[in-house]
Amino acid sequence: MKQLYAFVQKEFLHIFRDVRTILLIIGIPVAQILIIGFAVSTEVKNIKTAIYDPSNDVSTRQIIDKLAVSEYFNIVEYLSNPDQIEDRFQRGDIQFAMVFGDRFHENLYHNGNASVQLLADATDPNQGTVAANYAAAIISDYAQTMMSDLNIPFQIMTQVQMLYNPSMRSSYDFVPGLMGLIFILICAMMTSIAIVREKETGTMEVLLASPVKPIYIVLAKMAPYFLISWFILIVILLMSVFLLHVPITGNLLWLNVFSLIYIVLSLALGLLISTIVNTQVAAMLASGMGLMMPFMILSGMMFPIESMPTFLKIVSCIIPARWYISGVRKVMIEGAGVEHILPELLILTAMASFIILVSLKNFKKRLE
Amino acid sequence: MIHVQHINKNYGRICALKDISIDVQAGELFGLIGPDGAGKTTLFRILTSLLLADSGEATVDGLNVRKDFKELRNHIGYMPGRFSLYQDLTVEENLKFFATIFNTTIAENYHLVAPIYSQIEKFKTRRAGKLSGGMKQKLALSCALIHKPTVLFLDEPTTGVDPVSRKEFWGMLKALKAAGITVLVSTPYMDEAILCDRIALMQHGQILSVDAPDKIVAQFPTKLYRVRSNNNYALLNRMRQHPAVETVFMFGEYLHVTFVDQSKATSACFSEFEAQFEEITPNIEDCFIYLTQQKWIM
Repeated sequence: MKQLYAFVQKEFLHIFRDVRTILLIIGIPVAQILIIGFAVSTEVKNIKTAIYDPSNDVSTRQIIDKLAVSEYFNIVEYLSNPDQIEDRFQRGDIQFAMVFGDRFHENLYHNGNASVQLLADATDPNQGTVAANYAAAIISDYAQTMMSDLNIPFQIMTQVQMLYNPSMRSSYDFVPGLMGLIFILICAMMTSIAIVREKETGTMEVLLASPVKPIYIVLAKMAPYFLISWFILIVILLMSVFLLHVPITGNLLWLNVFSLIYIVLSLALGLLISTIVNTQVAAMLASGMGLMMPFMILSGMMFPIESMPTFLKIVSCIIPARWYISGVRKVMIEGAGVEHILPELLILTAMASFIILVSLKNFKKRLE
Repeated sequence: MIHVQHINKNYGRICALKDISIDVQAGELFGLIGPDGAGKTTLFRILTSLLLADSGEATVDGLNVRKDFKELRNHIGYMPGRFSLYQDLTVEENLKFFATIFNTTIAENYHLVAPIYSQIEKFKTRRAGKLSGGMKQKLALSCALIHKPTVLFLDEPTTGVDPVSRKEFWGMLKALKAAGITVLVSTPYMDEAILCDRIALMQHGQILSVDAPDKIVAQFPTKLYRVRSNNNYALLNRMRQHPAVETVFMFGEYLHVTFVDQSKATSACFSEFEAQFEEITPNIEDCFIYLTQQKWIM
């Protein structure tokens, strides 16, 4: 036991003496949360907007006023001819255009049916949807007010047309995906490097020639990263709640238990890599390319699993991050109880046990 | 203390050790002498239970290196050829760590490492990576000794160490021997061989000869001459072609020569080089070279 304690102590010394690495370990998750939270924000402001208003009546002016005072739209031009729209889009002068029909007010009152066309630049699909949704909301808000004022069922038809990228897709719940990735990065990569470094510097030779048990070497390597990962988990959760306003709707305890199982699994993956490779560079490549890439692509973080071809769907089942991310989405975002993540929980536990067994069996008591 | 019987080891198709058998007595300072690639490190790793031999048996302190490796690892001290301590830990942290993993404390065996460790103790808060080569060796030796091993394995401990530290290091080994620890040391330096009680000369995974250094020298089977000339290189080439010359090697400013028949190759034959012959006692290196030429089967 004293051996293990001394070993863990030594590992902490290694980590804390390497200031650059510890900053990276803590900094990467924080930076990723901040970037995704703010730079990759789905909120869009100051959309450069052009208006074509052939009616120029009381209703269109009221709608345009509402648009102008909202912080989302910035009206840059009133067009005199609808043919100018294409040109303005292509020159990049505008990102959004609102085209009213003829005799808008008249149609609205007498036919109860006026039309307005919304054109959004969907080369950035996110911004396109958001702009169109905002504008549609403003218009229907106006219609609501009219209805309640006059008690007449008016209807304004909004036709939304997405330009340049008609099929829209963007991922929103990035936090679970990010968690799935960060723990692989920290646990698998850092543990494998830490163990392989001993091989590379020759200290493993001395350790193996000593009476210290191989399981102690393994446990001591994992312990610091387990604690650091838990700390990072807490940081991520705090940041997502207080900075990104992603609420934790489910059970916090189970979210922790579930995450810690995943962390142990990632540590075991690192251990497995370290039993296979002999240099730090190889360990980095194996965990970076070998784990990160399939985890990113096949875990459902970037591309939805439902739309994958059958073959990749099957492959994705062996990616632990798939189960973790889906579980976190359920517990954290949807607020599901533990009974709903039972399959994920069991699969991850089974995977972790399997990897630990294999890697411990693989861990060499000798040099070759 | 160490019994090695018919050990063979291959790395793929490369033969690293071929039928090695040696016996090291308790309390002996035993040297493995040979150039790089002779198989010294492989033999060390087999004896420290880090590698398994393909065939053959070996015991260290009565423990089989294959079957009893767990127990064996309590009793041996091993210092690999490369500096293998934690460079980011301080001198004291390294020693403390190795004391703990061997289930002991610095205080318990301080007397054993004191002559060595006291020399670096004033730097005990310095990181091991910032030590000089000589000081690193002392720390590594302290760490290998802290659990009071019965057998100490030192793989090329003086490679890359300055001459003064090397001399000092061998002084320490003598002291360990005096303390009753069996020491197996390897070195590529022939001049260190005479400091051992007995040596094994190794080449290409084979042992050429095992004996006390002075006995190996005494058994040199022929007369050895030292030759000085005005053009050693030309003379070397000339002598290599001369039928009466058995071996000839450059040795600093001299050539060391043995003859098949000395009467047919007098200095007169090489008068153009102003060659002067002088009979000398061979040193270990002469023996080694002579042995590697396979003209002398012991």
